[in-house]
Amino acid sequence: MLSFLTRRLIVALLVAATVMTLAFVLTRLSGDLATSIAGANATQADIEAIRKAYGLDRPVLAQFFDWVGRALTGDLGNSYFFQTRVSTLIAERMPVTLTLGITGLLIALSVSIPLGILAAVREGTGFDRLVQMVALLGQAMPSFWLGLLLMITFGLQLGWLPISGTGSWENFVMPGVVLAFSAIPALTRLTRAGMIQAMGSDYIRTARAKGLSRASILLKHALRNAAIPVVAIAAVQLGFMLGGSIVIEQVFALHGVGFLAWESIAKNDFPVVQAVVLVLAVIYVALTMVADLMNAVLDPRLRV
Amino acid sequence: MSAVVMVNAGPKRGWKSLSTWIGAVIVGAAMICAIFAPLLVPHDPFAQDLAKRLQVPFWMDGTDPAHLLGTDQLGRDYLSRLIWGCRISMLIGVTVTVVSGLIGITIGVLGGFFGGRIDDAVLFAITTRLSIPVVLVALAVVGLLGTSMTLLVLTLGLLLWDRFAVVARSTTMQVRNLDFVAAAWCAGCSRFRVLSREVLPNIASHLVVVATLEIALAILLEATLSFLGLGVPPPLPSWGLMIAEAKDYMFFSPWVIVIPGVALFTLVLGINLLGDGLRDLFGARTDT
Repeated sequence: MLSFLTRRLIVALLVAATVMTLAFVLTRLSGDLATSIAGANATQADIEAIRKAYGLDRPVLAQFFDWVGRALTGDLGNSYFFQTRVSTLIAERMPVTLTLGITGLLIALSVSIPLGILAAVREGTGFDRLVQMVALLGQAMPSFWLGLLLMITFGLQLGWLPISGTGSWENFVMPGVVLAFSAIPALTRLTRAGMIQAMGSDYIRTARAKGLSRASILLKHALRNAAIPVVAIAAVQLGFMLGGSIVIEQVFALHGVGFLAWESIAKNDFPVVQAVVLVLAVIYVALTMVADLMNAVLDPRLRV
Repeated sequence: MSAVVMVNAGPKRGWKSLSTWIGAVIVGAAMICAIFAPLLVPHDPFAQDLAKRLQVPFWMDGTDPAHLLGTDQLGRDYLSRLIWGCRISMLIGVTVTVVSGLIGITIGVLGGFFGGRIDDAVLFAITTRLSIPVVLVALAVVGLLGTSMTLLVLTLGLLLWDRFAVVARSTTMQVRNLDFVAAAWCAGCSRFRVLSREVLPNIASHLVVVATLEIALAILLEATLSFLGLGVPPPLPSWGLMIAEAKDYMFFSPWVIVIPGVALFTLVLGINLLGDGLRDLFGARTDT
């Protein structure tokens, strides 16, 4: 178990290091950053001044190692636009993104698990096919469009929910539902497949033979075994959702990390952009590690 | 023909299933729209007419029979823009998938075929790729380098190869140990010949299924990026861009975002339905 953990941790660190390099390269793709920061009307002297001020006149490798060295101590540099530390900016915006991501995940789980169980119990019936159809529809739904439709319906026409802002829990209902839509198809399919497999196994036959009630067999025996891979994938999905929340934050004007990244891209504020890419990737790597650990605890064969 | 374990075909699978046919009809119609768009559009999709702004579509009162789906905020014919947008969606979907397919299949086949250190490297590349937030990185690249179709296709292609790699790798691993591959080795075939003549044709059906699903994903992502203003450059009518441009008017005339959204949703659904049908037909597995 310990060697599995160590190996998994080394891979995670290597991935983080690679993403760090990629994030750095990404922001240097445009060629001369000083020119793009200065804007179209800048004089040559302005560009030189900016180059000096931001340390862009130093060799690229020196800039890279400087950035990596500081990032390891938690210092992600300073924002060009906001004139504050990037780590402070991200820390300020993170609660909104996390609230959104967790709301979305909870909504997704509370829809997919019951749907998956019911579809598995009635495998092959019209209901099962209906659930699979719903999963397909969810997959095809453009999230930004669904967000706008919900805004028109529940925000404007019915007036039930606020259409933007982060003031109260009500602000997170619509964005959470939209975000949940992206995870529901995968989670429903997995729950259904896990339940079908569990229901066909020997211990369920034993439980039936003992004369246990149907509800007890389903919820106490089958679901427990089907749930752990679902929870593990849910952790991975949360990582995807945090990365994908940029679109939903934009639609609902939620000032989270995604919104920050979108603003910073528009303003050529590249220290913020590379930091957000790095932070989201590290969160994803950490969540996949959690998922792997859960699977390993459940299934000893994976630890080899 | 498929060498990989066949999934037990149910009663209504493949071409016997209605949903596969619905998917095929939607994709067929979209392909016709995409290829013949210049002949099909009733008006010039770029021609503005400010006197005829936001004309309502045919199912509402006071509609103009010259504009079946109405006009947008600049008086451009909505139906023409919708058809032209289909051309752009399909073009991007297919080209992105070609780029990502070339990358993903090469990486995946190499890893699955050679195993060992090469496979470790391939797995590492896949893990790293999955940890990168796609929308954010695509936005950053386009934001820093400027909007253009070529850049958009290359960026998405470089980001979306993961599923190709995963499926190519796992199916190659299964095929590599089968008897006919061993026979080819014994007959003295070169590595390249075994790969191109024995392995690739036998994993092709799985890759076709992945390709359909990837086209759908690329179309959705293109629309998302265009919606955020960093995808297809205006005045090109991408469906995502149409929704973004119409957003300011949606509270008074919801149809301006409903029409392109329904088109996008239908096309993606159609491609996915066709992909699922093909998967059942080939007995292919795209999960790993």
